Amino acid sequence: MLGLGDVWVFMAYLLCIASAILCAVYGFVKWNDDEEPYTDEAKRWVEEEVEIEKSI
Amino acid sequence: MTVFWVFVYLIIVAYLGYLGYRHTKGASDYLVGGRKIHPFVMALSYGATFISTSAIVGFGGAAGVFGMGLLYLTFLNIFVGIFLAFVIFGKRTRRMGYELDAHTFPELLGRRFQSSFIQKFAGIIIFLFMPLYAAVVIIGAAKYIEQQFAIEYVTALLFFTLIVAVYVIMGGLKAVMYTDAFQGSLMAIGMTVLIILTYYDVGGIIKGHSELTKLIPPPPLAAKGHMGWTSMPALGSDIWWTLVSTIIMGVGIGVLAQPQLVVRFMTVKSNRELNRAVAIGGIFILLMTGVAFTSGALSNVWFTKNEKGIHFCEISGAIVEVCPGKKIVKIDEKNIEKFKAQFKDIKPGDEIDLHKDQPHKITAKGSLSIVAAGGVVENIIPQFVKQAMPQWFSVLFMLTLLAAAMSTLSSQFHAMGTAIGRDFYMQIVEDKKSAEERGVLINKIGIGVTIIISLILGYFLPLIYAKGEAIIARGTSIFFGLCAGTFLPAYISALYLKRITKAGVIAGMLSGFTIAFFWLVFVLEKEAMAIGLCQVLFGKPTLLSSPWTMVDPMFISFPTSLVVTLVVSLFTKKLSEEHLAHCFKGLEK
Repeated sequence: MLGLGDVWVFMAYLLCIASAILCAVYGFVKWNDDEEPYTDEAKRWVEEEVEIEKSI
Repeated sequence: MTVFWVFVYLIIVAYLGYLGYRHTKGASDYLVGGRKIHPFVMALSYGATFISTSAIVGFGGAAGVFGMGLLYLTFLNIFVGIFLAFVIFGKRTRRMGYELDAHTFPELLGRRFQSSFIQKFAGIIIFLFMPLYAAVVIIGAAKYIEQQFAIEYVTALLFFTLIVAVYVIMGGLKAVMYTDAFQGSLMAIGMTVLIILTYYDVGGIIKGHSELTKLIPPPPLAAKGHMGWTSMPALGSDIWWTLVSTIIMGVGIGVLAQPQLVVRFMTVKSNRELNRAVAIGGIFILLMTGVAFTSGALSNVWFTKNEKGIHFCEISGAIVEVCPGKKIVKIDEKNIEKFKAQFKDIKPGDEIDLHKDQPHKITAKGSLSIVAAGGVVENIIPQFVKQAMPQWFSVLFMLTLLAAAMSTLSSQFHAMGTAIGRDFYMQIVEDKKSAEERGVLINKIGIGVTIIISLILGYFLPLIYAKGEAIIARGTSIFFGLCAGTFLPAYISALYLKRITKAGVIAGMLSGFTIAFFWLVFVLEKEAMAIGLCQVLFGKPTLLSSPWTMVDPMFISFPTSLVVTLVVSLFTKKLSEEHLAHCFKGLEK
C-alpha cells in the first residue's frame, strides 16, 4: 500500500490520482467538442461585463 | 534576495495587468478575445482563483496535524471542484448567465427566480461573510512572511495587506486572465518542486510513507481519536468529525457554491473551453492541494529525523517558541561577565541567542511538526520550507504563496465589491440611471471596507483561537459551509429544477443561512465559545454536547435548506412557462 498505514488513506491517495486522470482523459477526449457560435446574448453580456470591470 | 524577487514578481503582475486591461478596453475582446485564449490560461486562471494560501499554508498545516486523510479533500477538490463543477454546473451556468444577462452569482439567482430579494440577500451575505475567507488567505501569506523573515506577525500582516491594497489600486481586480495564468504557472512550478524535494528529503515515496506510518501520535491527540498520520482517525471521534465533516466535506462540497468561482464559467467563449479546462484543472489541483497535504503530513518525518534539530527558545527550562536563531552572540572573554549571572556554567565559545531580548541557550531537538512550529498549525509549512528546503526554494515558495494569495484575493474583493454595489445598492435604489455613478463609488468604498475588515479579522482570529487550532482551515470551512447551506440548493434548483418556485428558494436560503448561523453561534464548540453569545444568553458554552459540537454547520444546513426548498415549492406558485423557456433556452435537447 505504498507504505501507507490504512486502506482508507491508501484509497484517498489513489482516488486523487485517478480523479486527476479522469479529468485529463475527459478534457482530451472532448478537446474539440461543444464549440459554439458567438451569440448575440454572449455579445451583449461581454459589453456589459466590460462596463462592470471599469466600475471597480 | 527574496525582496528583490518579490519586487520583480510585482512588476510582472502589474505589467500583465496593464497589458490585459489595455486590450480589454473598448474592444470588448474580454470574451471575444477568448477565441484565442488557450485553455491552459482559462484553467490556470480558475485554479489560481480556487487555490490560495489557505489551501497551501492552512490546510497543508492541518495535514501536518491530522495526517494524509486530508487527501480525501484533494479528491473532492478535483472530482467535485473541477469535474462536477465544470461539466455539471459550469456549462449550464455559462448558457443561463448569458440568457439572463447575469454578471454576478447573486444576479444569476435573482434573475432566474425573478426575485430582487434573492439578489440582495445573497449580495449582503457575500459582503458580510466573505471577509472571513479573505482574512484567512491574508493570514496564510502573513504567517509565511513572519516565519521567513523572522519578523512580528503584525508587521507581516500590515506589510502584506499593503501589497494587496496597492495591487487593488493598480487595477488588480480587473478580470485579467493572463495575470491569473501567470500566478497559476508560478504556483504549479513551486508546488512541483516542493513535492520532489519533500520526497527526496524523506527518502522516497514508499520509505517516506513508511516512516510516517511508524510515528505514534502523542497521548493528547490519540485521546481525541488520532490513529497516526497515514490512517484515518477513529470513526466518530472528535478528530474524525473535525476532519471529515468540517475540513473534507465542508470545503469539498462548499466549493460548488463559491460566488467568485461561479462567475468564471461565463468568461469563456464556449463549452469547448470548459471541456479543455477540465483536463488542465484536474492536474493543477492535484499539484496544489495534493502536494500541500502530502508535504504537510510528511514534514513530521523530517522534523523527527533531522539531525540538526529545531532551535527552540528555551527560557528557564520552558520551551517558549521556535527560535529564528538570528541574534546569536558568541561568548568570549569580553562579554562572558554579562551573561554569567544567568548562565552559571557558561564558557567562551558557547552561543547565546538574544531573540525577544531574552538571552537563552539554543536547544536543538527533533519533534513533531506541530511542536516544531511552536504549536501554531499555520507555521508548519513555512517552518518546513525554511528549515528543510534550500534557500533558493524559500524564495520560489514565497512567490508561489504571493501568487496563490493575490489571485484568490483579487476575485474575492471583486465579488465583495459587486455584491455591495451591483447586487445590493443598485437593487434598492429606484432611479437606476442616476444611481449608476454612485454605484461605482459604492463598489470602491465596499472594496476598501472589506479590505479593512479582512485586516482586522486577520489580526484578531489568531488571538481568538487557542494555539494548536487550524485557524485558516476552520475559517475557510465556515465560509464554504455557509455558502453550501445558503446557496447550493438554490443554485442546483436554478440550473436543473423547473418546478422550484421563488418562494421555495427564498425559504430554502433563509432556513439554510439561519441554521448555519445558529449552529456557528450556539453549537459548534470552538466558534460558539469564541463568540460567547451562548454563554451570555444560556449560561453554558454550547447548547448541545459532543459529537454535535464537532459537526460542521453544512451537515445540518444544506439538507434542511434542500428539503425546505422542495417542500415550499410544492405548495407555491410555479414560475411562468415563458420565463422558464427563456432561462433554459439552449439547455434542452
